[in-house]
Amino acid sequence: MTFAVEVRNLVKSYNGITAVNGVNFKVKEGEIFGFLGPNGAGKTTTVRILTGIIKPDSGEIRVLGYDIEKEPIKAKEHLGVVPETSNTYVDLSARQNILLMAGLYGVSKKDAGERADELLRKFNLYKRRDDKVKGFSKGMKQRLILAMALIHDPQLLFLDEPTSGLDVQSSYLIREMLLKLLDEGKTIFLTTHNLEEANKLCGRVAIISHGKIAAIDTPDNLKKMIKKLNLVELTFEKPVPLEELYKLDEIHNVEIKGDKFYLNTDDVNNLMLALTEYVSLKNNKIISFNTLEPTLEEVFLDVTKEVSSDD
Amino acid sequence: MTNVHLEQLKRSLVIMKKDVLIYYLKGPVIIFGILIPLFLFLAFLSGSKNLPIDFLVAGLIGMTMLFTATSVSPVITPWESQMNTLERLMSCPISISTLILGDMLASVIFGTLISLVPVLIGFILGVSIFHPIILVLGIILASLCFSALGLLLATPPTNVPSNVMMVSSLVKFPLVFISGIFIPLENMPFWGKVIASFSPLTYFMDITRYSLQNSSYYHIILDFGVMIIFTIILYSLAVFLHKRTLQMRI
Ligand SMILES: Nc1ncnc2c1ncn2[C@@H]1O[C@H](COP(=O)(O)OP(=O)(O)OP(=O)(O)O)[C@@H](O)[C@H]1O
Ligand SMILES: [Mg+2]
Repeated sequence: MTFAVEVRNLVKSYNGITAVNGVNFKVKEGEIFGFLGPNGAGKTTTVRILTGIIKPDSGEIRVLGYDIEKEPIKAKEHLGVVPETSNTYVDLSARQNILLMAGLYGVSKKDAGERADELLRKFNLYKRRDDKVKGFSKGMKQRLILAMALIHDPQLLFLDEPTSGLDVQSSYLIREMLLKLLDEGKTIFLTTHNLEEANKLCGRVAIISHGKIAAIDTPDNLKKMIKKLNLVELTFEKPVPLEELYKLDEIHNVEIKGDKFYLNTDDVNNLMLALTEYVSLKNNKIISFNTLEPTLEEVFLDVTKEVSSDD
Repeated sequence: MTNVHLEQLKRSLVIMKKDVLIYYLKGPVIIFGILIPLFLFLAFLSGSKNLPIDFLVAGLIGMTMLFTATSVSPVITPWESQMNTLERLMSCPISISTLILGDMLASVIFGTLISLVPVLIGFILGVSIFHPIILVLGIILASLCFSALGLLLATPPTNVPSNVMMVSSLVKFPLVFISGIFIPLENMPFWGKVIASFSPLTYFMDITRYSLQNSSYYHIILDFGVMIIFTIILYSLAVFLHKRTLQMRI
């Protein structure tokens, strides 16, 4: 297994405030790695260190096999970066912005022109290519930034909240682009506050809280981690008194919301058997029966809470 | 020069082009650049009626050079930091010396072209140019030197352009008075000459006087040599300090 990014004991503080406090993780080649965490958790700081923009206080970082502190330029040649803050040159046109990046990444003039036009088309900016970025909407700017990050066909892409504040179409376009890049074998490091996005896109997810990694795994495994008890949602044809449900051994807890019952159980199978016996006895019917998974959001709240109560 | 260095040099030119497009090719910047020498000349002319015109034009070239080469160069970094584009540049595969060299070259183009305005004024007023090639070489070298000074002035990690302007005025104006623009070096007392020798502008003034008046205080080779040394020192110092302070601007 080769890793696109390896981080060991990364520490960074700003005037006594520790932003990143001993972080360890590895990003596999060819995966979308999600980096989640509450505001101020240290995500942007980590991304800036990994992309060689700021220096860590200590720790060892390898990006595409290069030590980012010792060989920053070699590593950066193969990185695409979409920073947190929108930062195009607003006095230049969309095309000029892309070509500027092409120049700084050493893409030849001929390739640069062709690729720039191709990217402008892909990101629905071709018609506005010669307009100054000053007049662009947030979504257009963000799509342009992604196009700028892709001009040199980077192997590894860092995106810091690429879809935050964008409309459905722009976010969709960006997500589709990321999946295409994944198909092409690129590695993607994605910071986001959108847990649904992380759940859909990411092969693995790290949750950082107060500068420390609180959890790191596939979205499914993370969900299993807090699935201590199974939750079942069901509705009956006729009303059911609560105390009768509590008589069933398989049920630990019952909650009612509207006409829905939420039951916690250790054993879904036995619960189902007990319930069918119960409804046939009472001449009642089960109308719907769903087992519910915890959402990534619940995992997120759970793990970030645990860490914060430590200090 | 290895491939890596050549590639970085090319990227400096990309930075230079960006600076020219964004920061220099602006109506107000150019007009201001041209007006400054004109106003300086008028002020100069009315203040010192009994000085020869070639002496005045030589001084004018020197002042114009100092002011244009250090006008925009110190504020680009704070500007880019404020607009967040600095973070973008720092994520690109360019070294800090490449970045600084690019900013410097843009300033060199501006300084060189605007300094031709006072040369033109001199031409119109009938000042003869004895050594045109020396003058042009001197102008190019001086714009390199003062652009490097401008970039050195950009190193304090403040993102407020007006702070940088203030600091750079504090450096620039004293230079005007100690460098033999108003009083020729040969008329200065010994201590004046000692102070003047620490100013790169002194040597550029000597080169312009040589070019326009056919006489110089130092040997012309010495003038060029000292200015090259100043340029190297100022550029290296600017790179050294930016390496420390660019981080703080993010
Ligand atoms: N340049 C800086 N100077 C001082 N403190 C900083 C700087 N950048 C970040 N910090 C501090 O470091 C901590 C982590 O910030 P960081 O920007 O990495 O968080 P984040 O996870 O990206 O948050 P968000 O979700 O809001 O983007 C915060 O406490 C922040 O105040
Ligand atoms: Mg952030």
